[in-house]
Amino acid sequence: MFPASFEYVRAHSSDEAFSLLQQHGDEGRVLAGGQSLIPAMRYRLARPGVLVDINPIKELDYLIEEGGFLRIGATTRDAALEFAPWIRERYSLITSVSGVVADPIVRHMGTVVGSVCHNDPAGDWTATALAARGVVVVRGRDGLREVPIDEFLVDSYTTAVKEGEMALELKIPIPDGRTQGSYQKIERKVGDYATCAAAVQLSLNPDGTIRQAGIAITAAGPIALRVVEAEAMLIGQLPTPALFQAAAAEAPKIATPNPDQRGSVAYKKDMARVLVGRGLKQALQRLEAGQGGGVSA
Amino acid sequence: MTGETQRQLPDTDFAVVEAPTTLSVSVRINGKVVTRDVEARTLLVHFIREEAGLTGTHVGCDSSSCGVCTVLIDGDVPVKSCTMFAVMAHGRDVRTVESLAVGGKLHPIQQAFWDQHGLQCGYCTPGMMMTSLALLGRNPSPSEHEIREGLSGNLCRCTGYNNIVKAVQQAAEMMAPSAAPEVSHD
Ligand SMILES: Cc1cc2nc3c(=O)[nH]c(=O)nc-3n(C[C@H](O)[C@H](O)[C@H](O)COP(=O)(O)OP(=O)(O)OC[C@H]3O[C@@H](n4cnc5c(N)ncnc54)[C@H](O)[C@@H]3O)c2cc1C
Ligand code: FES
Ligand code: FES
Repeated sequence: MFPASFEYVRAHSSDEAFSLLQQHGDEGRVLAGGQSLIPAMRYRLARPGVLVDINPIKELDYLIEEGGFLRIGATTRDAALEFAPWIRERYSLITSVSGVVADPIVRHMGTVVGSVCHNDPAGDWTATALAARGVVVVRGRDGLREVPIDEFLVDSYTTAVKEGEMALELKIPIPDGRTQGSYQKIERKVGDYATCAAAVQLSLNPDGTIRQAGIAITAAGPIALRVVEAEAMLIGQLPTPALFQAAAAEAPKIATPNPDQRGSVAYKKDMARVLVGRGLKQALQRLEAGQGGGVSA
Repeated sequence: MTGETQRQLPDTDFAVVEAPTTLSVSVRINGKVVTRDVEARTLLVHFIREEAGLTGTHVGCDSSSCGVCTVLIDGDVPVKSCTMFAVMAHGRDVRTVESLAVGGKLHPIQQAFWDQHGLQCGYCTPGMMMTSLALLGRNPSPSEHEIREGLSGNLCRCTGYNNIVKAVQQAAEMMAPSAAPEVSHD
């Protein structure tokens, strides 16, 4: 299957990419790893007129901690997160996601920022960014703007990136020593999109009560969804199985999954509950074990 | 269609359009630079097979799922060549299955697939071997689990996974620095 014809331009810096996108207006489209865009073009679900290839932009290929954030550049591949030992030690939520997105070959090309920009209803990185309170840095006509992930994810395949704009990076707050996360995904086979998945991050106060909670589910609605009620229920409380059960029960209330070959609506809603419950439990276990996941851990 | 009058073909792909512009693309494939004028939409796998004439790289699912089209870019990065445009590989190095055997002598990965019966029809084999090469480059002594994980983007419709895993285990042993240095394979 061949995509429809398009024009191809290569950008070597983010300035160049931005001016090319401005120049081509609604015809222009960013080509990052191409792992979602190229299949969509082959199926003729997407027919962009001009592809602006950002792969040659070395300055956007980074994974650094700065200003309280983990900064993931627009050309940083999934594999970079998967293989960085310091990420494995300190970012338990990211670590449990990075090895289950697509398959290992796809992860060598696919980018985290590209995945968030794609905003697939079943995306793993969107749910992760929601639970971790990510912020996307967007380059627009009026300069840079920082968009919290909740506002960034507008609708299926639609984000706050407007025509002629591009995302430069995703920023994830650096978790402190008492923060742990977990990603729980059910898939039909390795390398498949989620039937349902849950991203969870928990922070504890010194007295053992929950300081912060991030909970998001994916493949459970038009976009990944934050389970706000569950988060609110946890704050200030001591973690107990009963509390986790009650929090997890909030997930099916907001889930609006589509029935498909992966399962019925009822099944997927119940899986949202089960996976949030498992995620909370695992995050707590990691906190109790004092495993990585935070700078001072 | 019954009862309807025949309609004109819609003005879409089927209409005669101007020949699309082509780009000059140079890719170093297995050490040899191949330069061709191709359309931007030419996928790397077609560039490799039809322009460079190297048919070891197969097309299976044509939907980015099966991994039979896997090649290595810039040394050690495995990519599904059906999910990359040839223009994206311009000026870069591509390594295909044809690069494995040197001077008629099988690469340890090929030898191990042979010894362990790691192939049945052989269709998935080039992709399996290229992914294995990348895997062993990063992790020279993977566990069985790591091999299974590492190859999970490659589908074998003959379902011979156990022997494939054994083949990668054998290849790892053969390629280990302690293994007798026979002929250099690279
Ligand atoms: C076999 C297979 C299995 C997969 N399984 C999963 C899975 O389990 N979970 C999952 O989450 N994903 C999965 N994916 C999808 C894929 O992993 C991600 O969506 C992909 O990595 C997106 O990143 P990319 O860099 O390839 O983006 P591209 O495909 O290049 O781009 C995707 C979209 O985002 C836009 N875009 C990209 N970068 C930017 C930017 N910097 N600024 C503005 N817009 C931008 C593009 O214009 C395009 O519209 C799978 C893909 C394949 C082929
Ligand atoms: S043909 Fe490329 S992944 Fe199947
Ligand atoms: S050997 Fe036949 S597809 Fe794998």
